[in-house]
Amino acid sequence: MEENNESAGVSGRGISNHAAEIAVAFMFLVIGGVVAFDSHRIGSGWSSDGPQAGYFPFYIGLIICIASLVTLGQSLFGAAASRNDRMFVEWSQLKQVLSVLVPAALFVAGIQVIGIYVAATIYIAVFMVWLGNYGWIKGIVLGFAVSALFFVTFEVWFQVPLFKGALDPLRFLGY
Amino acid sequence: MFEDINALFHGFSVALTPFNLLLMFIGVTLGVIIGVLPGLGGANGIAILLPLTFTMPPTSAIIMLSCIYWGALFGGAITSILFNIPGEPWSVATTFDGYPMAQAGRAGEALTGAFTSSFVGAFFAVVMITFLAPLVARFALQFGPPEFFAVYFLTFCSFIGMGKEPPFKILAAMMLGFALASVGIDTVTGQLRLIFGWHELMRGFDFLIAVIGLFGIGEILLSMEEGLSFSGKSAKIDPKIVIQTWKKLPKYWATSLRSCLIGCWLGITPGGATPASFMSYGVAKRISKDGAKFGTGQLEGVVAPETAAHAAGTSALLPMLALGIPGSPTAAVLLGGLLIWGLQPGPLLFIEQKDFVWGLIASMYLGNIAGLVIVLTCVPLFAAILRIPFSIIAPIIIVICAIGAYTVHNAMLDIWFMLLFGVAGYVFKKLAYPLAPLVLALVLGDRAEDAFRQSMLMAQGDMRIFFANGLVGGIMGLSLLLLFWPLMAKWLARLRSPNAAA
Repeated sequence: MEENNESAGVSGRGISNHAAEIAVAFMFLVIGGVVAFDSHRIGSGWSSDGPQAGYFPFYIGLIICIASLVTLGQSLFGAAASRNDRMFVEWSQLKQVLSVLVPAALFVAGIQVIGIYVAATIYIAVFMVWLGNYGWIKGIVLGFAVSALFFVTFEVWFQVPLFKGALDPLRFLGY
Repeated sequence: MFEDINALFHGFSVALTPFNLLLMFIGVTLGVIIGVLPGLGGANGIAILLPLTFTMPPTSAIIMLSCIYWGALFGGAITSILFNIPGEPWSVATTFDGYPMAQAGRAGEALTGAFTSSFVGAFFAVVMITFLAPLVARFALQFGPPEFFAVYFLTFCSFIGMGKEPPFKILAAMMLGFALASVGIDTVTGQLRLIFGWHELMRGFDFLIAVIGLFGIGEILLSMEEGLSFSGKSAKIDPKIVIQTWKKLPKYWATSLRSCLIGCWLGITPGGATPASFMSYGVAKRISKDGAKFGTGQLEGVVAPETAAHAAGTSALLPMLALGIPGSPTAAVLLGGLLIWGLQPGPLLFIEQKDFVWGLIASMYLGNIAGLVIVLTCVPLFAAILRIPFSIIAPIIIVICAIGAYTVHNAMLDIWFMLLFGVAGYVFKKLAYPLAPLVLALVLGDRAEDAFRQSMLMAQGDMRIFFANGLVGGIMGLSLLLLFWPLMAKWLARLRSPNAAA
């Protein structure tokens, strides 16, 4: 399964739709299997007081497996004409997507350490400079302005404290 | 009937406080902005703002949130007409004639037509809700667990039967929603399910996180891929154009009425707004004497889908209010709000929370009027938002999504889940796995499971309880009919013309 996936995936221009279909259907199959298996483990039958905890999710898991097997079958043995004619994503597109996704992941990691406000300032500034070709000053000013607006809205106005990170660099503000 | 009209006037007295009116205007304005921005739509916009309303009285909170919904519905038309980018799936049909009109310099006319017909559609649906919802709720009072499960079943079957996506993908996405809903503590036995020793999972997956990730982050990733070259037409609406367009609109009364009916009918069944807008466009094209010119910039081609989409979007709230079963992801988020404010959605709401229900219904009338006024006067402002470069908007929206995800439970882990759901949303959307049934299953999962288990307890595991009497059997029969409708339609067509099949 994995090999098939890989060989179809690296086809020069991008990831083919066919490969993506198979990979996602396979992922659903795994999830369905895990759900059914774990539900079976905690009991999917009847006890003295009625259905056990795994009763409902067990069948949910089974249905996921069946549905994904059908989709998998359709994409593996379906009409050959529909294969490889469409790209799931071209490499250039994937690069664009990753250029948003990777910084976003770094941003979330940053929240964990330095908190939402500081991470957001840096994130917005870097994003603007790196992807939008703005100057550093513009980026930092806007990032700071947006974070300050959020700070006032949440901490001061609505009194909803947001995550300030493990290091809590904004401790001096007293919120 | 008179009782309901009385209740409605009482509702107006609840909704018409200065504070609530202020919230209405804030809500509609926010909603239009949300509808205009890429990556933010009705569902995730409301999901993000929901935590901010926890401290408000529930009636004020739902007034504001539902007004965001109206605003988002209006906002979808702006992007469709001026930028040829449908902000929401149900405004796709609006681009067919709206964008050509804008290209021909008739943007003001198209926008006025779209807003006015949206208003007409929504108004029609609200009137229907006013009179039909209490009846449905009264009827539903005699429902027991099997009947409720049957209605849930109906909801999910109609997704599969009416969806445009491959049925097994709809099924897989929906069941994934149920599976995610069952993660955490089982409410009946107190046992831990599907957490694999990871105790932070005990809380389960909150659907708000899923909505923010799937719709918000997923949408940003998708629009990033398309490269984003916004080339919008500028729009100015002056009173003269509005009056001129309004003079033309009565000509299309038949189209409007037809679209209202299509919208209300499809809106009550889940996932209806998008098919409603397409169907209404198609029907108008077939019936209208200018049908051949559709697609080149006909005002009627804007009126038809907009009326139907709004009628459907509004009537999606009927099953949410009367039965506790949302008809769209946005209605699902509002339902989640009800649960958080401590209100039990369902037929009893009409008896126990009269102020709330009728305040909400009254605010639907007022909110749509407020919406129409705001969008007609502020279009240039909202269109200007779309001209802000994506490299500024995108990081800000991602920050907003992260804040929204965090405030749901004050949990850092939820932000990571949001990101994960974002990637899933991107992949699912590209492979035609629908997101709406996933979200609805996640919201309704626990309640559907409870209804199912209670029914099973009543019947000692005998599935025949779902066909035990006319009511539950009828609903189950209708569900199965909807589920297998595509198959049956194919089969019938084959019977009629045996040559075509060969």
